[in-house]
Amino acid sequence: MLASLSRELLHNLRTALQALGAYTFFFMRLLKEVPRALLRFSLIVEQVHNAGALSLVIIMLSGLFVGMVLGLQGFDLLERFGSEESLGSAAALGLLKELGPVVTALLFAGRAGTALASELGLMRATDQLAAMEMMAVDPVRRVVMPRFLGGVLSMPLLAAIFSMIGIFGAQLVGVQLMGVDTGQFWSQMRSAVEFGDVLEGVVKSCVFGVACSLIAVYEGYHSVPTAEGVGRATTRTVVISSVVVLLLDYMLTAAML
Amino acid sequence: MRVRGLHYSVSQRPIFAGVDLDIERGSVTAVMGPSGTGKTTLLRLITGQLMADRGLVEVEGQDVAGLRRDGIYRMRRRMGMLFQNGALLTDLDVYENVAFPLREHTRLPERLLRHVVLAKLQAVGLRGACRLMPAELSGGMARRVAIARAIVTDPQLLIYDEPFVGLDPISLGIVLRLIRLLNDTLGLTSIVVSHDVHDLSAIADFSYLLSGGLVIAAGPPSALATDTREEVRQFMHGLPDGPVPFHYPAPDYLEQLRQLR
Repeated sequence: MLASLSRELLHNLRTALQALGAYTFFFMRLLKEVPRALLRFSLIVEQVHNAGALSLVIIMLSGLFVGMVLGLQGFDLLERFGSEESLGSAAALGLLKELGPVVTALLFAGRAGTALASELGLMRATDQLAAMEMMAVDPVRRVVMPRFLGGVLSMPLLAAIFSMIGIFGAQLVGVQLMGVDTGQFWSQMRSAVEFGDVLEGVVKSCVFGVACSLIAVYEGYHSVPTAEGVGRATTRTVVISSVVVLLLDYMLTAAML
Repeated sequence: MRVRGLHYSVSQRPIFAGVDLDIERGSVTAVMGPSGTGKTTLLRLITGQLMADRGLVEVEGQDVAGLRRDGIYRMRRRMGMLFQNGALLTDLDVYENVAFPLREHTRLPERLLRHVVLAKLQAVGLRGACRLMPAELSGGMARRVAIARAIVTDPQLLIYDEPFVGLDPISLGIVLRLIRLLNDTLGLTSIVVSHDVHDLSAIADFSYLLSGGLVIAAGPPSALATDTREEVRQFMHGLPDGPVPFHYPAPDYLEQLRQLR
């Protein structure tokens, strides 16, 4: 019993290491292609539209609601200590450093990541990638790279929009609904938020952008060319991205404190 | 193009156990065989998508196994391949699908590119459908667009993988005619993989019949049709039982029923 358990554990560990190795090789291959991909910038712009612009509505709506909840909860908590005028700084710091990048990354994985993975998976299942290979066109260069870079560029922009709308949502609830002074709200925020806080959010969203885009294109490109395979690749994209984002968030927060 | 002593296996299961083939320049060669004999695998080996375990695959005097990735890509630029389902790029319209290889490999001025693309679409009779999306095409039309895309770079070798699957008689006739016509007018060499014996026999100059990992018959289609060997006769005349049995190997029927009880 113990022997079979340890054998299974060893097998799982080896599988996980193999997957990590495959991811690393794929990532290195993508990095090698970056200069050449930048020469065809129109393809990247198209993908920024697909991954970024088409995710705007969900990001803005989510940002507004997260900000509004933050406004309510923050007011309730700060009122207990008689410092509700600090709501602006609390909401801004929470959104810029933490909620903005993390929630945006989770939403990105759910909306754009799944779209990328299923699109690439379907291209493989319908022989479109094989047809490109036969036309002597490298699918990684022509299809995967623009999608990867489109995702990487979109994420910080989406996170910035999420945080901005979130702060507006917190202000809407805190100032308009709960009666916090407008001047206090904005001045406290301006004095509390430093450049380093904004930078932390930007760094996080860039790292999450690379991670989520890499996971989506890897899973889609390597999916089994069947309906079940594409479905599994899409699910794996969301699951792996969510766990990796939260793990990376802890590591980055610890490193930048 | 020639293949000598080709061996290839998947998960220890042999697919080819010493296949020899010769494809003559300018001919239409049919590669036939029952489902699961590895006809598509053979095409993948010829085009360098798969590598043989043993044996030689030579295209224009070059050993495919000895080519690096860029060498394989250079070789493929002189080839065109038609996939079973056409494999058109679904986010591009018909015109852009045909223009795709030219945009990727050449820097032709837009005017000249337009001339070339429209000429190829005219050759397959679909110039009028140039702004349709792949989802708006019938199976036969998609196959013809894929042919136009395959010939847009003026290849020397054109490979067709099951080009007749799922086509109505009119589309099938059009595709058949196109294969022969393009081969003769453009001076191509064509390899057609199919199990559609009668249609293929009408246009092929030479036929190979694959079974059990080997070439079991080779010759002009008329010679294969009159071959008296049992395994050739079963395939060429579509007999339901013979060396390829009707029943998949199974234990004794009565014994199996008893076990279930």
